[in-house]
Amino acid sequence: MTRGPTWFNITSLVVGFSFLYLPIVLLVIYSFNESRLVTVWGGFSTKWYASLLQNEQLLDAAWVTLRVAFVSASIATVFGTMAALVLVRSGRFLGRSFFSGMIFAPLVMPEVILGLSLLLLFVAIDQTRGFWTVMLAHTTFAMCYVAVVVQSRLVGFDKSIEEAAEDLGCPPVKTFFLITLPIILPGVIAGWMLAFTLSLDDLVIASFTTGPGATTLPMKIYSQVRLGVTPEINAVCTILVALVTVGVIAASIVTKRQQVQRERDERAAFGNDMT
Amino acid sequence: MAKKSIGPVRREFKPWESPDHEPFIEFRNVTKKFGEFVAVDNLSLKIYEREFFALLGGSGCGKTTLMRMLAGFETPTSGQIFLDGQDLAGIPPFRRPSNMMFQSYALFPHMSVEKNIAFGLKQDKLPASEIVARVAEMLRLTKLEQFGKRKPHQLSGGQRQRVALARSLAKRPKVLLLDEPLGALDRKLREETQFELMNLQEELEVTFLIVTHDQEEAMTVADRIAVMDKGTLVQVATPAEIYETPNSRFVADFIGDVNMIEAKVAEKSGMGTRLVSVADGFVIESEQETDAGVGDSVWYAIRPEKVRIVQGRGQDGVPNQINGLVWDIAYLGDVSIIHSKVGENDDDIIRATFANVSRMVEKPIMWEDEVVMSFDRDAGVILTG
Repeated sequence: MTRGPTWFNITSLVVGFSFLYLPIVLLVIYSFNESRLVTVWGGFSTKWYASLLQNEQLLDAAWVTLRVAFVSASIATVFGTMAALVLVRSGRFLGRSFFSGMIFAPLVMPEVILGLSLLLLFVAIDQTRGFWTVMLAHTTFAMCYVAVVVQSRLVGFDKSIEEAAEDLGCPPVKTFFLITLPIILPGVIAGWMLAFTLSLDDLVIASFTTGPGATTLPMKIYSQVRLGVTPEINAVCTILVALVTVGVIAASIVTKRQQVQRERDERAAFGNDMT
Repeated sequence: MAKKSIGPVRREFKPWESPDHEPFIEFRNVTKKFGEFVAVDNLSLKIYEREFFALLGGSGCGKTTLMRMLAGFETPTSGQIFLDGQDLAGIPPFRRPSNMMFQSYALFPHMSVEKNIAFGLKQDKLPASEIVARVAEMLRLTKLEQFGKRKPHQLSGGQRQRVALARSLAKRPKVLLLDEPLGALDRKLREETQFELMNLQEELEVTFLIVTHDQEEAMTVADRIAVMDKGTLVQVATPAEIYETPNSRFVADFIGDVNMIEAKVAEKSGMGTRLVSVADGFVIESEQETDAGVGDSVWYAIRPEKVRIVQGRGQDGVPNQINGLVWDIAYLGDVSIIHSKVGENDDDIIRATFANVSRMVEKPIMWEDEVVMSFDRDAGVILTG
């Protein structure tokens, strides 16, 4: 019995992947366009990447975006991990499901509403908008993503490992840093990376909460595109796509390697059981 | 190095028999409630220094809760716990002089075997050279020398168990608490490890408190056993006392195999007690005296291996002799357990152990054979509760 690909399968595959990736492929191709006109192919060139390095406005925006993403992801990771610990560990307490609902609500809340409410808050407390307000806003919505990721890691955690540490003379806070944190670290790092990525590409919330002097890269790209797309924008986007792709591939290779190594170790251990 | 027998030490060790001996661990009227559920019910217990003590019972009997209260992971609802004369109330787990070996082993997955063992010592801020020496000693004691650099997931179940043991012993605790320590091992390895535990306990002179649901394990390793049921102690005694003179039907049933015969007291004298079985009317004479009055219902508990069985038919009415019909035979290799029907009802069954001393028997006991079973005056016990 042969179960090779049928015409239907191949067609589905081609159509599906084209739908997903054709726009990105076009964007990458046109970033190497010689011509100034985005839609007309004028030969291969990397000159737009060179001119990108001269474009201080874009570079400034990129620098702001990276700073915002780094700081907000870090703070969100601390708070999100704490929230996950409380939700998994505290057992039942009054209002537990209320709190877990509150943590996850921002995941499904429309960004426009979140952005608007934050803007109103900053206006109400008369806070000048800029770098710090964008950073705070990003922390707010990234935190719940971190909580979800860390929580999934904590659910499978054997509580008696912490008890063992305390039993051996380690106070609770030290136990958290010596035992719990290293074990849940993959979840915490994944949470941080998710928060970082979310902050990098956020346009809506940043637009609501930013002020003069703190334009993020997505905002810059958006405003430039309204004036007309230049191949420089294509180049910036290509770099972003490349960064994200490399990151995702690296992460999956590391995970896969660990898994293979682990399986090999377990087989080895099984062999010398009676020694 | 030749192994020493621990027999001579064990034979002389009976601190619980002298009333002026100070207990090392004492539970005084300890109660623990989880909501409405009473896990431990007004329990008092004394455990002595260097004793190997087993808490034995089914799941939910409160044995693990009792141990966790000693370790400090649970707080008693009422009552006091003393360790070496010190009231443990309010002392957090990380300041208690006991260490625990967990059922799941609870090894630190991100640390090597050496680091796992050294963890407790580092918390005590011992000098590095001392830690290295202590870890090496523990690796040697548990025969893990070549695995020091491995991570827990690179070890087999038996090796992990030994790492957990080494880690809990490294600090030389006053008491080692073992929570179902051998539950995850296969039978052969478990039996070996039981003897290793006993030798280790003798060598280190530490008090061991083990929680188990496995009666064979408790009887093998322990100096004394506490049988628990529904949060209370049913009987606290040596393995032999628990097995030979259980104080209740629960203990007799829980430990080993037993024939439980319902009987009425027919006659009491200074020489013992005469019973008549309810099911079949056969007469039991026991040298044991009982509190029950003449005519009262009691239970006569007798172990299958104390019942002799031969083919044939005996005279009716002879004390401690029962005629029966072979109903079922369980051939276990070393022994056969023969179930014989002695009454009208299907559950009037007496079980007798038949040692298979020769490989071939000319006329083995077969199904539906007539058999006669007999036992001595001191073979069983009369139970009223």
